[in-house]
Amino acid sequence: MERETIYEGLVRKGVSRRDFLKFCASTAAVLGLSSSFVPKIAEAMEKKQKPVVVWLEYQDCAGCSESILRASKPTIGQIVLDVVSLEYHETIMAAAGHQAEKSLHDAIKNYKGKYLVVVEGAIPLKDGGVYCTIGGKSAVDLIKEICKDAMAVIAVGNCACFGGVPAAKPNPTGAVGVMDIIKDKPVINLPGCPLNVENFTATVVYFLTFGKLPAVDKLKRPLFAYGKLIHDNCERRGHFDASEYVKAWGDKGHRQGWCLFQMGCKGPFTNHNCPTIRWNEGVSWPVMAGHPCIGCSEPKFWDNNLYAEAEKNSFYAKAVGLAAMAGIANKVKTE
Amino acid sequence: MARLVIDPVTRIEGHLRVEATVNGGKVKDAWSSCTMWRGMEIVLRGKDPRDAWAYAQRACGVCTTVHAIASVRAVEDAIGAKIPDNARILRNIIMANQNVQDHIIHFYHLHALDWVDVVSALKADPVKTSELAKSISSWPKNSATYFKAVQDKVKAFVESGQLGIFSNAYWGHPAYKLPPEANLMAVAHYLEALDVQREIIKIQALLGAKNPHPQTFVVGGQSTPVDPESQNALNADSIAFMLKYADMALEFVEKVYIPDLLAVASFYKEWAGIGGFNNFLACGDWPDANGKMYLPGGVIKNKNLAKIEPLDHKKFKEYITHSWYKYSKGDVGLHPWEGETTPNYTGPKPPYEYLNVEGKYSWGKAIRYEDLPMEVGPLARMLVAYGLGHKDVKEVVDMVLKKLGVGPEALFSTLGRTAARGIETLLMARKTKDYILELAQNMKKADTKIADTDKWDPKTWPKECKGVGLHDAPRGCLAHFVVIKDGKIANYQMVVPSTWNLSPRDHKGQRGPVEEALVGTPVADSKLPLELLRTIHSYDPCMACGMHMIEVREE
Repeated sequence: MERETIYEGLVRKGVSRRDFLKFCASTAAVLGLSSSFVPKIAEAMEKKQKPVVVWLEYQDCAGCSESILRASKPTIGQIVLDVVSLEYHETIMAAAGHQAEKSLHDAIKNYKGKYLVVVEGAIPLKDGGVYCTIGGKSAVDLIKEICKDAMAVIAVGNCACFGGVPAAKPNPTGAVGVMDIIKDKPVINLPGCPLNVENFTATVVYFLTFGKLPAVDKLKRPLFAYGKLIHDNCERRGHFDASEYVKAWGDKGHRQGWCLFQMGCKGPFTNHNCPTIRWNEGVSWPVMAGHPCIGCSEPKFWDNNLYAEAEKNSFYAKAVGLAAMAGIANKVKTE
Repeated sequence: MARLVIDPVTRIEGHLRVEATVNGGKVKDAWSSCTMWRGMEIVLRGKDPRDAWAYAQRACGVCTTVHAIASVRAVEDAIGAKIPDNARILRNIIMANQNVQDHIIHFYHLHALDWVDVVSALKADPVKTSELAKSISSWPKNSATYFKAVQDKVKAFVESGQLGIFSNAYWGHPAYKLPPEANLMAVAHYLEALDVQREIIKIQALLGAKNPHPQTFVVGGQSTPVDPESQNALNADSIAFMLKYADMALEFVEKVYIPDLLAVASFYKEWAGIGGFNNFLACGDWPDANGKMYLPGGVIKNKNLAKIEPLDHKKFKEYITHSWYKYSKGDVGLHPWEGETTPNYTGPKPPYEYLNVEGKYSWGKAIRYEDLPMEVGPLARMLVAYGLGHKDVKEVVDMVLKKLGVGPEALFSTLGRTAARGIETLLMARKTKDYILELAQNMKKADTKIADTDKWDPKTWPKECKGVGLHDAPRGCLAHFVVIKDGKIANYQMVVPSTWNLSPRDHKGQRGPVEEALVGTPVADSKLPLELLRTIHSYDPCMACGMHMIEVREE
């Protein structure tokens, strides 16, 4: 049977042209593209078939899967039914055990060279990989086998990108990210703890629209999402520039939305688009809610605290030390 | 005897493997194995205790927030921080919101497909589906047109030939009992619930910046400011925002979840006699201003609801007879305070076909209370409260039992466990609104305190201290234990709900609750383990959490 295009599928399921174009427009916005790209995205959806996606979970907490469940543009229902063909995803798939394994094997056989692999969680290498097995096979053997015939690999969340919390010192299981294992396929990193789902759907749509993967930085992160520091787009930047700092939880500055730098904010050292796209359909993001950024899209961010005395090494105190390195400590002192 | 293996067990959080022997169409014996381990507590060693919640929260992204709560409570207990009333209320809102959203996802997206045949829904008459739906609920989306549209959507999906997450499942299995119309109604609500869970969790996004993994907890309180006169703090607008989603949650639970639960359960009453367990443990939670818990803690042994014992965490002991660890003192039970961590993998080298269940076979430890395995979770909480005569719980439990035409003994089962989760969701959806209104009252009094800032500086802490943080999380009693020396974590331990429920056998050979509950389960086709999944999923396993490891104390 000839596979239908994404748009054909949507129309058959009763999605109006107007709603379809709205979806294309919101996706262009996340991608940072001007409205002139909307027709191009729409055209791609009209011509392209649903990409086949295989979602793998290893040393994860399912937080990135949960993030996907919060998708709004398109919704998770649309993603699963209309936008991609999600052939394997342990957290939500109906089949279990042998039947689940069959779904995986069917997908990588039937769509050889054409499927996308999404990886959530780190991969433990120590002791022959015994710290994570599925169906009796180690995660490291599984990922090599499954990625062998993939078109590209998308690592979601800090664990799959850089090892994340399992790789925090002393890394008890020898956990690593995908790019440390898969060297012969294009790998895209979408870090964050968890992944922000908007960046996932935008990456998939970018791929469908332009037929290639997005431009990335040296850590393989798409520039459209990780090209700027949080600090550069922070809504509290004015207070930083005016040296207005929060000093304690609930103090006047905190209640008035002043800068969280002295409470340990990592915004000046973190590349992520949180301030512009926010979370949960734009409801909020950490700084907006009054908590410092902890730098969750950066490699080894969990380890930043291990090198100094406890007093200086918490999330909340560390930024001052980093600030000194960045040459902006004087600004803090003169406040 | 046929040896059946389910690996991966899907529609759970994390990595679980179940092996079972089947004879004469029934499960004779079962073993549950956690097959992933990260060593979170080792990572926590030496860290600033104020940071612990952020690491611990990553134990799980499904029951996100719960480890953060247990962690800050443990550190607060250790250093003597007293959280202000606003922080107590904010945490209560977050916990109630988590409970409701987590249970809705569980019922519709992790558990429903064990009872609902999606393919059968294609045969349903949308008019009759509408009649069925209208007979049990006043939910607005009950029209024949609506169900026809859903059916067409599913049909189009099936005809596309790409079944995605619904492929290779158990459609047509003889254990499915719902008529096509009930299946169609449930499929429609599966899709609606996907939208509802995304919307109602916005309460947490407002209070905690994002979900999953909200970023608002601090030792001593919360970090989201409260000030009705500021646009950068929780204010009257925030109260209105939260009430909107709390109302949405309550309406969905009252008009969809509970009617669906009753309708589905009425076709599966034989499951009131399958998959039960005897002992239950709850730590209680949702403190009021005086510290009294809305849902009480307690321990039930041998199904005796007449005698609820108070909980004492000092009676916790963990055994490793069948777990991939070793203790310096040999095969003894250790309280978490004296816990040790030495991984000792003795299982088969991957790839393997079967585990050696005579020896060690899981990364999970066997946690016991007075040497007894205990079930934790919504059923444990509802039974403890019911036994203690809790007015709100008794009212809803009795309503459900009456509508199903069964007695309280039916609660000790797979069906009872699934029903208890729905009952609790209704109670917590109601309480969410109460807590939001309580926050509004505090705002009215111009109370803007959100944290005990006197204890923020580690210099104010004792040189050595230890604490316990208890939280009755959606999946059950969660306990974090922390030992602090010179302002750093010397020892950190988590005793997690799935450590209790999915535990392997202990030193006496006693099965863990899920292992025990599976014995006797009917199996129509040992190649298609649908019936086992029903009982396993009724416990809502959360394995990344359950991969519990105890930290060696620093010498």
